[in-house]
Amino acid sequence: MNANKFVKKYTMVLALLVVFVFFTYLTGGRLLLAQNISNLLLQNAYVLIMACGMLLCILTGGNVDLSVGSTLCLSAALSAKMLSMGINPLIAILSSVTVACIIGVWQGWLIGYIHIPPFICTLAGMFLFRGIARVILDSKTVAVMDKKFLSLFTSYIQIPGLDVNQRVISSMAVGILVAIVITAYTFISERNKMKKGYESASINATAIKVAIFDLVILFYAYKLMSYKGIPIMLIWILVVVAIFAFITSSTVFGRYFYAVGGNEKATRLSGIDPRKVYFWAYFLMSLLAGLSGLLVGARIGSVDGNMGNSYEMDAIASCFIGGASAYGGSGTVQGIMIGAILLGVINQGMSILGLPDQFQYIVKGAVLLGAVVFDVVSNHKTGKS
Amino acid sequence: MKDYILEMKNITKEYPGVKALDNVNLQIKRAGIHALVGENGAGKSTLMNILSGTIPYNEYSGQIFYNNQECKFQKIHDSENLGIVIIHQELALIPELTIAENMFLGNERKNKFGIIDWNETFHQAAVAMKAVGLNESTQSLIKDIGTGKQQLVEIAKAISKNVKLLILDEPTSSLNDEDSKMLLDMLIRFKKEKGITSIIITHKLQEVAYVADEITVIRDGMTIETIDNSNHSINEERIIKGMVGRELEDRYPQREHNISDEIMFEAGNWTVYHPIYTEKCVVDNINFFVRKGEVVGFSGLQGAGRTELAKSLFGRSYGSHISGQEFIAGKEVFLKSSRDAIVNGLAYVTEDRKTDGLILSETISKNTTLARMEKIADKRGVLDVAKENMVAKDYVKAMKTKTPSVLQKVGNLSGGNQQKVLLSKWMFAEPDVLFLDEPTRGIDVGAKYEIYSIINDMVSQGKSVVMISSDLTELLGMCDRIYVMNEGKITGEFSAEEATQEKIMSTILKSDCTPVDRR
Repeated sequence: MNANKFVKKYTMVLALLVVFVFFTYLTGGRLLLAQNISNLLLQNAYVLIMACGMLLCILTGGNVDLSVGSTLCLSAALSAKMLSMGINPLIAILSSVTVACIIGVWQGWLIGYIHIPPFICTLAGMFLFRGIARVILDSKTVAVMDKKFLSLFTSYIQIPGLDVNQRVISSMAVGILVAIVITAYTFISERNKMKKGYESASINATAIKVAIFDLVILFYAYKLMSYKGIPIMLIWILVVVAIFAFITSSTVFGRYFYAVGGNEKATRLSGIDPRKVYFWAYFLMSLLAGLSGLLVGARIGSVDGNMGNSYEMDAIASCFIGGASAYGGSGTVQGIMIGAILLGVINQGMSILGLPDQFQYIVKGAVLLGAVVFDVVSNHKTGKS
Repeated sequence: MKDYILEMKNITKEYPGVKALDNVNLQIKRAGIHALVGENGAGKSTLMNILSGTIPYNEYSGQIFYNNQECKFQKIHDSENLGIVIIHQELALIPELTIAENMFLGNERKNKFGIIDWNETFHQAAVAMKAVGLNESTQSLIKDIGTGKQQLVEIAKAISKNVKLLILDEPTSSLNDEDSKMLLDMLIRFKKEKGITSIIITHKLQEVAYVADEITVIRDGMTIETIDNSNHSINEERIIKGMVGRELEDRYPQREHNISDEIMFEAGNWTVYHPIYTEKCVVDNINFFVRKGEVVGFSGLQGAGRTELAKSLFGRSYGSHISGQEFIAGKEVFLKSSRDAIVNGLAYVTEDRKTDGLILSETISKNTTLARMEKIADKRGVLDVAKENMVAKDYVKAMKTKTPSVLQKVGNLSGGNQQKVLLSKWMFAEPDVLFLDEPTRGIDVGAKYEIYSIINDMVSQGKSVVMISSDLTELLGMCDRIYVMNEGKITGEFSAEEATQEKIMSTILKSDCTPVDRR
């Protein structure tokens, strides 16, 4: 692989690296503090999770779901209200998830089977669900205080006796374990490929990739070790991301989303029902928005009628920054995670610097536009030659 | 010295890794019709893109002389200003606009304030349409007129630009024989009456023989020869020889006829209405069957309902108010979706590979397995990507698809190779009955032969093939039996022995002239 190709393939990873180093320098290293590193993912949990669902919607042809911020608010509002009435947290959670599923079925059916344009359908949903959320909240702020509920989303894993707050050994141990498992899995699957005579990437490239990945994990685990340990929320994030990465890259079901976005007519004639594909994209998106509502509600500790405002835009921006095509048919979960983290680093870096909101918007907009322009221009060039 | 309207000298065009054109020389006589023939990917379109300025001056080497003056076109406007107009295979018309609006798109008739003069627009449109014999209202929408008439609109558009040199890329590939002949006769008339020179790129060799005064053969980016055809008596085999560099002893590969008596597929009283104009009957009470190991052809004019018949049989993928029966191997089946059709052993290989057949932005691998992904996945639906690539590679090898890798995007392949990927996809689905809709449209002679061989392989394995084609010689060369369709009805059936071009043509034309209500 020559330098040009390398830069093109890993543009966003490199951009993330540059931005990270840039803000580390500007903040005098404060970005690297354990607490900040730990919070980076937690603060953006909703972006990371909802971007997974948004990717499915975008894959089907550049369609987006504008209603997720409101769905998130509705889910959080319902749980908060039920908890404040002393209802069992498990029932509250189930109710929120059920409502999210109902919204998913509703929008999935309208878009997939009634052929309402997704933009309009979800724009309507955006107003509708926020309104309902405010009705539930009675336009007040409701605090989330249930211990069980909070611990399910916001606590940290600490093993009594082994771990203390500044030196959580269990997190480092898990980090090392994960690194070993990933390394072993990669090499075993590469070897199997070679045995069966399948094409495989060069050993060196694979080794370098795995080594870098392991280093990042170890660095992260090390940072977690010095700040409270592994957050439960991180596990929620990783589970969702892993499931969606697996679905999109390795299952027949996942392939459908790419096929519909690539050529809907050809897909239909190939025995795949695009209506079902649309349905599932919007269903899963709403489900993830509902889950995010619980996470955000627990993290903030209270729910009001403005919660989740413009969160849909963060999820959409992450997808496009992360290389999803605005016309559908291409994009990966790995890519959009990079996009989401890049946005997160910028946000956090600027917050640490104490720059006010308005500048964060300007930078976000510029990054989004820059990423998409770069993508379109560079693809156009290769298309021509 | 001869009077050349155009001379292209030592044109060389390189893409990274490929020499698309290698020192090509082309001389076009004034007021003549010049045919450009060659296999797909030979470089014909690239050459015409250079001539029209689509590929700007500094991106190729060589010289272009037009009316003995050297030209350095930077964009299409430069060549159009000199009266060079190119009409592409895919028509550049906007379906929602009227004929007149399309005709003056980008070239609007306007007054000095830049406001469109509609009276002038419609008047000039009518004049140009009359010149090409197009009998339509200037205010008809493009989407409401047929492909043949759309082609005429493109030509009328060229006329309105005061064309001197008209370039047509595959103008007849989607026209039936009758419309094609009309178009070719028009070119001859333009030549005689207006002195318009034409360059025509086509795969249909009988048209070349009929219309061209001179024929230039291009192969592998080089000009092989220019053949004089001023007496219009050239032998098709003579042209083919130049194109492929070898004699094709037989344009249709031999096959052993192993037709069993077993009827593999049968349709009974099949009736389909238009999906939007639901009162319009598109397929009218059709009965037909295919035996195991048989190739059955469907002939007919454009719009006779052949594609609609095949698509509706393929899991009701077209039409509304469908009624009738379908039998596979003697058992009646109810196919509600394309999925049902595939599972029951049907395949429909579309006539329009770009919009209905392939995902151009995806790889050969992913396109190959699309219709039957469960074959490369386990029970839980987890894909084995490595296996997928192996499968795709096997098909690339078997089909002789020209590609550097199975991870190549299908959009980067030439038409013939795309068609092979499309066939691979449906072979992979393991059907018993294949509907092939115009399987060789717009692809070169060599690739055609290969596709015919693939069809022969399939029937020798006991599969049945229903072949829809507008190319009569192809049907006669390949089919065991031929049905003729007209306006949604079957109007004739011929065995291979009794079928001739004349018989089929006259069946088509006769039934066309007498629209008898059979009820």
